[in-house]
Amino acid sequence: MRNPQLNANGELNHLLSIDGLPREVLTHILDTASSFLEVSDRDVKKVPLLRGKSVFNVFFENSTRTRTTFEIAAKRLSADVINLDVQRSSTSKGETLLDTVDNLVSMHADMFVVRHASSGAPYLIAEHLHRTGRDDVHVVNAGDGRHAHPTQGLLDMYTIRHFKKDFSNLTVAVVGDILHSRVARSDIQALGTLGAAEIRAIGPQTLLPTAIERMGVRVFHDMREGLKGCDVVIMLRLQNERMNGALLPSAGEYFKCYGLTPEVLALAKPDAIVMHPGPMNRGVEIHSEVADGPQAVILSQVTFGIAVRMAVMSILAGN
Amino acid sequence: MSLNTLPDAEAQCAALAELIRPHLLPETRLVGIHSGGVWIARRLCQLLGLPEEIGMIDVSFYRDDFGEKGLHPQIRPTSIPFDVDGRPLILVDDVLYTGRTTRAAINELFDYGRPASVKLAVLADRGGRELPISAEFCPWQVDLDKKEELVLETSASGQLQWRRANHA
Repeated sequence: MRNPQLNANGELNHLLSIDGLPREVLTHILDTASSFLEVSDRDVKKVPLLRGKSVFNVFFENSTRTRTTFEIAAKRLSADVINLDVQRSSTSKGETLLDTVDNLVSMHADMFVVRHASSGAPYLIAEHLHRTGRDDVHVVNAGDGRHAHPTQGLLDMYTIRHFKKDFSNLTVAVVGDILHSRVARSDIQALGTLGAAEIRAIGPQTLLPTAIERMGVRVFHDMREGLKGCDVVIMLRLQNERMNGALLPSAGEYFKCYGLTPEVLALAKPDAIVMHPGPMNRGVEIHSEVADGPQAVILSQVTFGIAVRMAVMSILAGN
Repeated sequence: MSLNTLPDAEAQCAALAELIRPHLLPETRLVGIHSGGVWIARRLCQLLGLPEEIGMIDVSFYRDDFGEKGLHPQIRPTSIPFDVDGRPLILVDDVLYTGRTTRAAINELFDYGRPASVKLAVLADRGGRELPISAEFCPWQVDLDKKEELVLETSASGQLQWRRANHA
């Protein structure tokens, strides 16, 4: 079967999901990102790699942060960036997703960065481009439904590698609302591909997908039990709409059981790092003392995220 | 011409150092182009008694053939550990050929500041220029066919040595 992310030469043509990408592709992206990291420290924070290319940020779902980091990354590569708030324009007028894409291709888009509430939307766009003979236009998934958020997964791997060097003896815990989290899926897949020793999923039964063990994780419902001996703790955001829904009694009770406090964090290894994809809910999934503490690497994730997105965009544009 | 016996690259480094020496200013710094240029710049630093901090440039982000060839599979970070503004710089590479790598390196340097001057030092000038670029300091001029390639390597004992290769 054709891998929709790879071209005929086996090179990355779209980034849709971590799933199905070989370890060498992931490692190549991380290695390339480390060279881009230095660009953001220069006087002139720009390299001419994507000069004359047009990157369209097509966001069918709100996300200021992800959109901004993609925009910064594209601009540091000298691309022209066009931000489209499709939600408020074309789609609300009744245009279909693929009609929007065809229109943008006619405006000579070179790359789409797509965020969509429906899982699989970026894949649909990539397949459409393939069918219409436009394999020269690249698609980056910036988060689709509950499916995948591959650049977040990659920047999390970059962060872990930066602080821990090697994956092979790491125990990594992903904590919280894994059921609704595309970040968790991308992280778990990437950790598996890169050979983490143990991946743990910690959360209440109602917020874990059924049969999650098949993704190669150990499940814990007791946070204290789950954090013992961990090298890396990845906290997930508890989305507002879940806080008082049917899946949880209350935000307060959630914090009591699954909030990361200094006392609970002390059960992990002393040099464990704490990550969070942002935006954080202080007092819901993470205690302020931990969020601002010496083990938190949450702001490093943001910095690395730009370098990782620069690497992804330049690898795609070059293939 | 064909090269049956290749010159000693280490001896050429010493010759290159002597060519550069009369032109050194106290604030002059070397910038090597990965990988060969960095090796040579390290040698020159020792031979000329310059401070050990050298600049290292990987021109992958500035190449003009990105559209055709894509991103180089292995990129090393560029690192310029000194202030470039107002400083005389010597750009160091192993082989000068089309001049496109030099052009990319100069462009990249200017994103760090405005150097007082940039001079070019290479171990070998093999002809075949496609841009108006020439080396100030060069101990070896040789005309090579397009099919031929000159590669600088480090031996197991850490010595610099030349290898000849042919393109398919």
